[in-house]
Amino acid sequence: MAAKLILSMDGVVLQEYVLDKERMTIGRKAHNNIVIDNLAVSGEHAAIVTILNDSFLEDLDSTNGVMVNGAAVKKHFLQNNDVVEIGKYKLKYLNEQQGQATAADFEKTMVLRKPVKTQQPNTPQADAPGAGSAAHMQTQVNIPPVSAKHEATTGRFDTAAPQAVAAQPAATLAPAASPAPAPGAQAQSGTAVPTAAVQILSGPNSGKELDLVKNLTTLGKPGVQVAVLTRRPHGYFITHVEGTNRPTVNGKALDEHPHQLNDHDIIELAGIKMEFYFK
Amino acid sequence: MNVQEALEIVSQTHSGMVRSHNEDSVFYDASCGLVVLADGMGGYNAGEVASGITVSLMSTEIKRRLESVRPEEKDSTSGEDIGVVLLRENVQKANASIFSASQSQPQYAGMGTTVVAGLFYDNRVAVAHVGDSRMYRLRGEAFEAITRDHSLLQEQIDGGMISKEDARSSKNKNLVTRAVGIDAEVAAEVNVYEVQVGDIYLLCSDGLNDMVEDEEIGATLQMLQSNLPLAASQLIELANDNGGRDNVSVILVKVKGEFAVPSGWLAKFMSWFRN
Repeated sequence: MAAKLILSMDGVVLQEYVLDKERMTIGRKAHNNIVIDNLAVSGEHAAIVTILNDSFLEDLDSTNGVMVNGAAVKKHFLQNNDVVEIGKYKLKYLNEQQGQATAADFEKTMVLRKPVKTQQPNTPQADAPGAGSAAHMQTQVNIPPVSAKHEATTGRFDTAAPQAVAAQPAATLAPAASPAPAPGAQAQSGTAVPTAAVQILSGPNSGKELDLVKNLTTLGKPGVQVAVLTRRPHGYFITHVEGTNRPTVNGKALDEHPHQLNDHDIIELAGIKMEFYFK
Repeated sequence: MNVQEALEIVSQTHSGMVRSHNEDSVFYDASCGLVVLADGMGGYNAGEVASGITVSLMSTEIKRRLESVRPEEKDSTSGEDIGVVLLRENVQKANASIFSASQSQPQYAGMGTTVVAGLFYDNRVAVAHVGDSRMYRLRGEAFEAITRDHSLLQEQIDGGMISKEDARSSKNKNLVTRAVGIDAEVAAEVNVYEVQVGDIYLLCSDGLNDMVEDEEIGATLQMLQSNLPLAASQLIELANDNGGRDNVSVILVKVKGEFAVPSGWLAKFMSWFRN
């Protein structure tokens, strides 16, 4: 599924455009890919550059500017459901790649390369890495010849000449893997666990409370005795890190393995007692 | 100190939470200061084959060559460190071996692998990589990647098309622009860095850095640097807790002391005497 733009004005849908070209322009003049015939729109108002599954919006120095989700932008990396405003017109960006991706075709590493090399292995190596970024803008997908395998498919992407791209609708790009960003994944893990804290019960800092807001919290004195508290989706764990003495939980010394903490467990570390509890 | 005494190395690999098998391969040997990590790709077991060929070929060949050459000496033709030449040549050999296997056996067609390798010698590390397997360095407070991915996304970042922050939400991750075994030749990128005592080097497959933010990887190493095996298992755990969508492998190298090659005649004599 290639990404789309839905053009509307005053809530009425006027047209739908598939982003099937590497670069599409929006403007008043007839040669644009998306023509909006309105005097508030510049001759060439904006452009959308699409590279595989990502699209970028760029204001082409228009007179009245471009807004995305209410904010003026010069250049913007479009995300699903972004609303681009040009004058009174709205263009909604839809890219459902992420939602459609299943875990199985997630995160498969694939190779991008130029087709020239397979046909003429003698060609010098001038291509792959540093070739100007313009060359990489034109990208075309060849579904690999042997792709019966589902688990860990190797796709092969050939960066082709621009003409070839024009002839090849970008819709064929769709089967490419579309990994979700790591931040999203982290947010999940961060919210699943209830908050917990440790309160120090003895020593000079007695009474102090430490919220366990990070995935890792170390306790103790480096070089003497250190333990780490880890926050995981299924709870909190304490593990011995360094020192000849080991921390105890409810009077029992820890071994090499992580020990899961329960509400109101008493930890003793380097002579300091503290209590673990859920908030 | 010789390199074996100067380095503490640990490694862990895990197939992750989604994949049924592990296509990553790892190797380390403190006695010759060599670490290699490869992340294979290809159907059936071809990915494992490609990463396995790379790791075993590079490790056996480089170890064998180090019996007769010294990595810190200069190559007479290129003027580079022999260590650099060894890495580059052996990535190329692995490439040729995978490429010919995939040409001759249909079930291996199109298999390939990324690789990152480090050779520690004379207070230096030569780092070779192809694709998106990375090497990071923790030095004091600073944690940074010292390899730059050969990937579409990295090229977009370099070209100023997309910011580093936006890159995290890109849907074009995992498209590498170079891999070992895909074409008849491959150019490994090799750089040499000075090593300082206290440095920790992390080699990882993208299963780690796609699932865990760099800041968190750095913070984990910082906190757990006194217990390297725990740091390694903690990193794998973090990746798996965040979804573990890919195989995840890590190699950690901690520099515990200097390993400069004795240079004066007396030092050379003494070191010879000690042996």
